[in-house]
Amino acid sequence: MKYPVSKYLDYSVISLSGEIDLNESPNVRKQILNLIKKDSNLLIDLSAVEYIDSSGVASLVEGLQTSRTMKLNFALLGVSESAMQVLQLARLDTVFTIYGSLEEIEQA
Amino acid sequence: MQKLERIHLLSRPNVLKPLREFIRMLAKKNNCCDEILNCLVMAVNEACMNVIQHAYKGKQDEEIIIEFWKDDKDILIKVYDFSEAVDIESIKSRDLEDVRPGGLGVHFINQAMDCVEYKHSSNEKGNVLEMRKSLDKTVVCPTNY
Repeated sequence: MKYPVSKYLDYSVISLSGEIDLNESPNVRKQILNLIKKDSNLLIDLSAVEYIDSSGVASLVEGLQTSRTMKLNFALLGVSESAMQVLQLARLDTVFTIYGSLEEIEQA
Repeated sequence: MQKLERIHLLSRPNVLKPLREFIRMLAKKNNCCDEILNCLVMAVNEACMNVIQHAYKGKQDEEIIIEFWKDDKDILIKVYDFSEAVDIESIKSRDLEDVRPGGLGVHFINQAMDCVEYKHSSNEKGNVLEMRKSLDKTVVCPTNY
């Protein structure tokens, strides 16, 4: 599945959706890393993610670490309740920068 | 205990979504609350991922068998693979302070289930993961999706 990408301020926003599992996470990883290679600050919109497993979380962590190496910003946006519970279970909710909405970014 | 189901899967990532749907259906049919249902989905998904990625090392035509058992108190799930025997001592949750991609599956399984035990198959090649979940609704699952 190719996820939609839009622009907001100096961020590329990739909007993930559905179930991000071992079948889908390689695709998510590839799209995230491709955007980072273009020197793009990234917002990962998780508002429509219904399920995410440890492989999906690994794709997000890899994106975060690659962005940090390249001195780019990487943040999560509108994290769905189900995704947030998984991030909390992995104690990653304090590792990622998480915005509730686009408006929060402007205020930050 | 009563055996509810025994299912056979191929070791392919695209079996996981229908597997999760099957577990949701089975849990609802057996009157599990949403919290328990979500724990079972998480644990079995992660267990099968580990088999696909680590036991079978990505080979896609190997067999996974899952059994679902139930009594008045517990749900018991057994996940069988037929790979070489794994080093059970090496199956550990990683330090969560060490932020890196991967290595969370065992942690998620341990959090979702009340009792988790890895064994080597007694009379044939392979490994068995036995996971038990209490049906006591006062036991709170850490996930609720």
